Order: sequence, then C-alpha cells, then structure tokens
Amino acid sequence: MLRFLTRRVLGALVILLIISAVTFFLFYAIPADPARLACGKVCPPETLEQARHNLGIDQPLMVQFVSWLAGIFVGRDYGGLGHCPAPCLGFSFVNRAPVFETIIDRMPVTIALTIGAAVIFLIFGVATGIVAALRQGKPLDKIASVSSLIGASVQIYFVGTLAMYFFVYQIQVFRQPKYIPITEDPLGWFNGLLLPWLVLALIFTANYTRITRSTMVENLNEDYVRTARAKGMSGRSVVLRFALRGALTPVITIFGVDLGTLIGGAIITETTFGLQGIGRLAVRAVDYSDLPTLMATVLLAAGAIVVMNVIVDSLYAVIDPRVRLS
Amino acid sequence: MFLEVNDLTVDFHTEDGVVHAVDGLSFEVDRGSTLGIVGESGSGKSVTNLAILGLHNPDTAKLSGSIKLDGHELLGAPQRELEKLRGNKMAMIFQDPLTSLSPFHTVGQQIAEVYRKHKGVSKSVARERAIEMLDRVGIPQPKIRVDEYPHQFSGGMRQRAMIAMALVCDPGLLIADEPTTALDVTVQAQILDLLRDLQEQTGTAIIMITHDLGVVANTAHDVLVMYAGRAVERGTMREVLREPRHPYTWGLLGSMPSLNHPVDVPLEPVRGTPPSLINVPPGCPFHPRCDYAKLLGPGVCTGERPELSPHRGHGDACYLPLKQKAELRSQHGKQPGKEAS
Repeated sequence: MLRFLTRRVLGALVILLIISAVTFFLFYAIPADPARLACGKVCPPETLEQARHNLGIDQPLMVQFVSWLAGIFVGRDYGGLGHCPAPCLGFSFVNRAPVFETIIDRMPVTIALTIGAAVIFLIFGVATGIVAALRQGKPLDKIASVSSLIGASVQIYFVGTLAMYFFVYQIQVFRQPKYIPITEDPLGWFNGLLLPWLVLALIFTANYTRITRSTMVENLNEDYVRTARAKGMSGRSVVLRFALRGALTPVITIFGVDLGTLIGGAIITETTFGLQGIGRLAVRAVDYSDLPTLMATVLLAAGAIVVMNVIVDSLYAVIDPRVRLS
Repeated sequence: MFLEVNDLTVDFHTEDGVVHAVDGLSFEVDRGSTLGIVGESGSGKSVTNLAILGLHNPDTAKLSGSIKLDGHELLGAPQRELEKLRGNKMAMIFQDPLTSLSPFHTVGQQIAEVYRKHKGVSKSVARERAIEMLDRVGIPQPKIRVDEYPHQFSGGMRQRAMIAMALVCDPGLLIADEPTTALDVTVQAQILDLLRDLQEQTGTAIIMITHDLGVVANTAHDVLVMYAGRAVERGTMREVLREPRHPYTWGLLGSMPSLNHPVDVPLEPVRGTPPSLINVPPGCPFHPRCDYAKLLGPGVCTGERPELSPHRGHGDACYLPLKQKAELRSQHGKQPGKEAS
C-alpha cells in the first residue's frame, strides 16, 4: 500500500510539472503583451522595456520557467518588490499582490462552495439512485429518470439566474448569495451559500442518480446479492451492505473527478452568483494576461484533480479487497 | 414429510407474454434423504427452488399452490417470516461459488453473519462457529482461512466455504443448485462426498438440482425428471435410472456417455429443442419431440395433459401403456431412445 502510494504521488508530481510547463509556454503563444498592459495606453519604448524588466519577462523563457519553479520550493527575490518566501508563486502582474496570498484568500470561498454542494449532491444523488433501482420501472423510477435527464441538460447560468430571480428577488426566501467567512458569522456563511449549493447540487445530482441507479440495478442481480438474500439477510442489509458496496466504485470515481474539478474553480457558478473564488480569479488572470496568477490557478486546478485521483485510487482498495493484493 | 410441494405453479409476466416456468408441480422430500431434480436448462428446476426459498420478485413472478416446510406454509408468508427461515431452516448453495460469495467480505464474516442473524449470538461466538464450520467442510488451517477473502480460495475451497455457510445453522433443508457444475471433475467428486457425509451427520434433507445424471446416481435417493416446468417422471433413483418409463427420460439416458458404450455408435441427443414456455405445446409438452407419439392415436398426446401415474411410487406422465413401454424397451435393449425412429 505504501509503495503504491509513493508511486502514485511521484507520478502526480511529474504530471504537475508537465502541466506547469505546458501552461507556461502556451502563455507566451498568446499574442498579448503583459508589459504593454502594465504600461498603459501611451507607452514609450523605454517605459515598455522597463515594464518588461520589472515583470521579469525580459529574460529567456527557460530561465523564467526555472526561476518560477525554484520559487515554489525555496522562495525568490524580486528586484523592486522584495523577497517572496517559499512557496512563492510570484506577484500578480496586475495588482502586484503576492499570488500565493491571493490564492489562500480565495480558497475558502471555492472550498466552501464545493464541499457544501458535494455533500448535498452525493447523498441525494446516491439515495435517489438506490430508490430508483429498487423501484425499477415504477413511477418513482420514471420520475427520477426524467428529472435526472432535465438536471443533466440544464446549465447552471440558466438555472442559477432563474433561481436568483425567483427566490432572491421575487419571493425572497433566500439571501443574496455572498461569502461571509464561517469564523465571522456561521449562520451568515450558511445563508449566503445555500442557494449556490442547491443550484450546483441540482445539476450534479442528476449524474449521481443515473450512475448509482445503473450500477445498483446491475449489482442487485449479482449472484452474491442473491446469496445474501438466500441466507436470510434483511432487505436493507442486502441493499446497503452487499449491493451498494459494489456500486460505490464507479460513484467514487466520478465523485473524485467532480470534486477535483470544482475545487480547481467552479468558474460558471462563481460568476453566476458573484462569489469571489478561484474560478473568478482564473478568468480575470486570463483577461489581464496575468501570468503568475494564471499559473497558480492552473497548478491548483491540476493539483486538485491529481490529489483527488490518488485519494480515489486508495479508496478503491478500501472498498474492494481484490484491489489490495494486485 | 419435511418438505411438501403441492401443485406449485410459477408464472412470470413479461412483455412477450406469460412464461409458465413451473406448472402444477408436486413432490416431497423427507429428512435425511436426497431428491435429485433433473432436466434440461429452462425446465424449471431453479425456478422451483427459488420459489421454495421465496426469492422470486413478487412484482414479476406469480406463484400458486402450496409449499410446506415442516408443516408451515411458505407460499404467501410475509418476507420477514421467510427471512427468519432462509439460512436457518432452509439454505441453498449455488452453481458458481466465485460469483455467489461476496467479494467484499471475508469468508469468515459471510459465514458468521448467518449464525449471528439467526441465533442472536455474539460476534466472537459466531466467529468460533465459522472456524468450526470451515473445519467441518475440510478447509485446512481454518483459523487462518477464516479471515481470507473468497478470491484467495480455490474453486473447490470456495464451494466448501459456501457449504459451510449454508449449513452453519443446521438447516433441515439444503437446496444444492448444480453445486458441482463450475468445478473440476476431481473436485466435483469431493464436494459430492462431502455433502453426503454432512447429510449423514445432520440428517438434512437435500434437493440436488442437476442436469448431470452421474451426480444423481451418486447422491440421490429419489429422482424427479422435469420437462417444460412439469414433472414427467418420479421414482427412486434405481427405478428411474434402471427402468425409466418416460420417453424423455429415455432420451436423457440415451444421450449420456458411459464406459461400456460401443465406440462406433454415436451418442444420440434428444432431438429438437425445449419448447417455449410462453407457448407450451398442448397436451403432453414433450409430444413434438417424442418418437412414440405417433404410436398412439391422433389427438391423444395433443389432447389432455397427462398426469403422473400411478399417483404414488414410480410414476410417469405419458399415455403410452406401461406394457407397450416395456416392450419398446426390451426391443431396443437398455436405451430405447437410441434406435427409435
């Protein structure tokens, strides 16, 4: 198990390195000059050159990439901006703020949004999937199928906007979405995120209902489920301890990917509800050719996916003893 | 009688029509004896036994008749009551022990949970019992193997574990659904021997479902031959295998290789295919495949459905008079199914 984990973590680091390099070099393929943006509308060549130097983009690409990489582990000194301690992700081209601090500042918004929604869609999706599988072909199953089809087809900016209009502005049952740190005001934190959670969960639940239903239907027909019933196990025990156990693997696979993706930035959700999370930060970084911020968000998104994958792989072994040995 | 099945009918309602999987089946099994149920795939053997355990989906399967276990009517009994009986008073072992054991739980857990559920004992007592059962079914080092998973067992060991699980509560009835089909031939004999030994110790009634007449000859006291959901012949093992009466039983025996079978005479399968259970042929369901139907007048075999006769003892469901069947058998030697045309 330890060897398996070490191998996975080393592999993950290689993947992150490759993604960083690709992002970095792709950035310079964009026909936009961050120095010109920093320099303003009227920009004499000397000022432009100076801006280039200040941003550190006058050096060869390889040198830039290596110093960026080194900064993460040992920190880095910037001429005009002073020392940036490790893990240093550089200073924003736009507002000169240390990128690492900005990320730490924005993370709680995205994490709170993701975890809250994930708890709802995982529990609700798996539960409706189980019920649909047990009521195969009955009205409840059909309702679940139709609603998951609808849920899978609608877009968050559409549902989110409608929900805002009705529930916030018209009948005013929800608070205007807003992030308040949980340490400041737990109830405000909850109220401010409730609508985004529900809307995000609505979209994702559909997928979980579908996957859980189909794998449960399959697993309920497994021989060992029949054996469990033949030896007198109660209906609930058969469903939860035997059939669901086998159905969990695909659910966890998808859940890991979804969670990783959302932590990497729920761009559309954050934009729809005006939450200042990682997703919004990433979009702004692209808009302003803010390389250090962009690199950080890409690294974070990739890191989230990679970490979730390692966790999912380890969970496989917990769920299925056959995986442990091989 | 420990188990009495009377006029059991199982219908499945499907989109294509009603499948008459079992139609008016009656039989009984006593403690300490083994009933072999023989027939081709789709003859209703497994459906019958799942009906006894009450494992059919009530939404699709419609059951009627009567199934009495130790005097208690099982048909129509509430699921909760059946749950208390399953694994406790009646147990089943299945064909493929790899897929029939849960891959997620250790062999010990799977045996112990049955004992805990029905006997209400503590975890440690149940675990001791699981080790004891593994030992009884001949699994070496039971104290170590009790914590292993099914995928760490060999095929024969898995079936032994399955048997340990089925017998952990000393059930009065054990249903073995082709317990040796998925196993190597050498292991098959070991498993059959084990079942026989355990039966001698516990006095369990066994229903042995099989399409292998060799298994029947080895284990069964009584035999029921099924065709298209109905019993076509019933008798003691010797009666049915030595003096088969029904043309279908002749066909089954004729299609079985034996050591003294002449090398140059090809084995003769029962010609044709089993009928659709949605449109079961009228009268005797076997008549379209029967070589002797034309010996009787037109409309005899297609008319009313033949019942098992005589009512007790060795009986078969066929209109051919016993005397004529005896003649046919003596004309054609031991296996009348062979040369008939």
